[in-house]
Amino acid sequence: MLPIITMKDEMILLAHGAGGKHSRLLIEQLILKYFNDPALKLLPDAATIECGSVFHKFFFTTDSFVVNPLFFPGGDIGKLAICGTVNDLAVSGADPLYLSCSLIIEEGFKLSCLSRILKSMAEEARRCNIRIVTGDTKVVERGKCDGLFINTSGIGIKRYSVSLGLERVRPGDAIILSGVPGMHELAIVCARENIKFRSPLKSDCAAINGLISEVLKEPFDIKFMRDPTRGGMASVLNEIASGCNYGLKIYEREIPLTKNVKSLCEILGFDPINLACEGRVVMVVDFKDAQKIISIMRNHPLGRNAGIIGRIVDEFHGKVIMETIDGSERFIRMPSGKQLPRIC
Amino acid sequence: MKHIDEFRNPDYIRGLLSRINAASRTIKRNVRLMEVCGTHTMAIARYGLRKLLPENVSLISGPGCPVCVTPNSYIDTAIAISKIDGVRIVTFGDMYRVPSGRNSLEKRSAEGSNVDIVYSPLDALEIARKNPDKKTIFLAVGFETTAPLTGRVLSYARKQHLKNFFILSGHKLIPPAMEELVNDALHYIDGFICPGHVSAIIGSKPYEVFPEKYGIPCVISGFEVCDILHSILILLEMISGKRKVSVEVQYFRCVQRKGNPVALRVIDDTFDVSDTEWRGLGVVRASGLVIKQKYYEFDATSVFEVNVKSSVDNRGCICGQILRGVKIPLDCHLYGKVCTPENPVGPCMVSSEGTCAAYYNYER
Repeated sequence: MLPIITMKDEMILLAHGAGGKHSRLLIEQLILKYFNDPALKLLPDAATIECGSVFHKFFFTTDSFVVNPLFFPGGDIGKLAICGTVNDLAVSGADPLYLSCSLIIEEGFKLSCLSRILKSMAEEARRCNIRIVTGDTKVVERGKCDGLFINTSGIGIKRYSVSLGLERVRPGDAIILSGVPGMHELAIVCARENIKFRSPLKSDCAAINGLISEVLKEPFDIKFMRDPTRGGMASVLNEIASGCNYGLKIYEREIPLTKNVKSLCEILGFDPINLACEGRVVMVVDFKDAQKIISIMRNHPLGRNAGIIGRIVDEFHGKVIMETIDGSERFIRMPSGKQLPRIC
Repeated sequence: MKHIDEFRNPDYIRGLLSRINAASRTIKRNVRLMEVCGTHTMAIARYGLRKLLPENVSLISGPGCPVCVTPNSYIDTAIAISKIDGVRIVTFGDMYRVPSGRNSLEKRSAEGSNVDIVYSPLDALEIARKNPDKKTIFLAVGFETTAPLTGRVLSYARKQHLKNFFILSGHKLIPPAMEELVNDALHYIDGFICPGHVSAIIGSKPYEVFPEKYGIPCVISGFEVCDILHSILILLEMISGKRKVSVEVQYFRCVQRKGNPVALRVIDDTFDVSDTEWRGLGVVRASGLVIKQKYYEFDATSVFEVNVKSSVDNRGCICGQILRGVKIPLDCHLYGKVCTPENPVGPCMVSSEGTCAAYYNYER
């Protein structure tokens, strides 16, 4: 459980947007105070809604993108705006169908840049087989927004029978991570700070609906999925722990890391598990299916480094413990407001 | 960057641990080793090393987190300057959230002050160059490791004839603070794990006073798990009499006895040594670096006149004692209840290298 802290801050700090505990407190103690719809209450990645007599359940989600810089190795704000919303639907077990796109543009923004970004959105939408069917455009005075902000909302339907919910998580279940964590945030840092590697570090920004539907095609017992964005793995793992009220044991040696990610984290003093991804998924699955799921994932270009990184255990309830490489143990805590602003 | 995995090799780790166990058995008493540097504190917590050590060997954290030892008066001055029109404060990330009274740079930023976070003092210079209409003040905190960077940046600023770039020097020197601790009659230290990066600049010579005058062994350590375990092993062997009590350099891939003469010259050229206030230690003789008269025009303290009434710390906060290694975070009534990384009361909880933050984030 998260400690109960009342919001002492008198105004919004950058930390409230970092996806860690500050964000969580803002949502729980202020936003949910006024918006109390049952579909919103559990703060899923996408809300489940029913429309009239239609048999299908719909999934509905929204996300805003304010990343700085607008173009970064491995993507741009446009690609990110498509992938982010598609991924929120995909990890809810939905097949993404329709997107909206709202643009808030700063006066003086170059049309050539806008055109590049729109092209990238169109391409990414085509790749994930989703239609952009509605939108809006606003222009604000110079200095009132930093170039371009994008909001996308998405609707999806459930195609495969999978029942997701932390209440189904049991001790023994396996925790799967689909790839190297932290590459998106590191790519943003490199772009902002002008850090160059001989083999450049690219954002993992990608739509993972394809990868997930490969797995969902089979009748595996998948209990929970989430894409670790702001706050990274640490944030998702802590949400799982507090939601299912069992403990999570993570094995440091099983977390896939590339040389670039390791080096950069050492230089900048980051822990890769606290860093944002934009093309990864964390799954909690029945252990008996874990190996089969991994092999399906590894056959997909976005899941080459997939692996079991931990297990659900019936001890230290509500907490995440990491078995370190030296055989000791340490906590993984919910990150707290230290992340860089505007990474997505 | 090479050789990360080698220094985290589980076989080496097991080997070192068994030798540490053997060495500790030959010492029939409790041994207290102080890791002076905040980066060591964090590495120790992150690798869970405390749990792996023999019962009679304990690690205590010292005053080597630059943010933590920065006194309220410095932060209050920075906050006061940030309120002046046309000013931009540039700082390392950890300073951003340090509370002083009810204020912090983070809050000032939300209230409209310009506060930029950078990784290098060179970025501060760049910000000054790009914003000629603003006065840019760089909050120069840190030990001998970062002082040469500040010095270099000042000489660049002079070459570029920048008139809008200033430094608020909070730089401090590590060996005088260590000596202050050794002279504290209240507690004892059996050995120092000396900082690696500070020593890359100052070398191993300045620590020689500790074995020679006080009989306290010193090992300058690297930051990987094998480095730290190796250093602990060397210290235990010195304490048990197997090795001569001296200053040994475990981190020899970066540290030489004479240090880095170029960087030392830059420090000499830029700063005068003065008495300065440390949080937790009070005023320590000849332990601070103030900007030399010849760089007068860049010294924020001589350019900005601010009246600062220093904020008072929360009475329950024991950061001061933690910084001296007299207490550990678990001794604090505020720790984990009132004082968390979200709502830090003292600096040891704010900085990622702070002892309280390291305990809170990592230790089981």
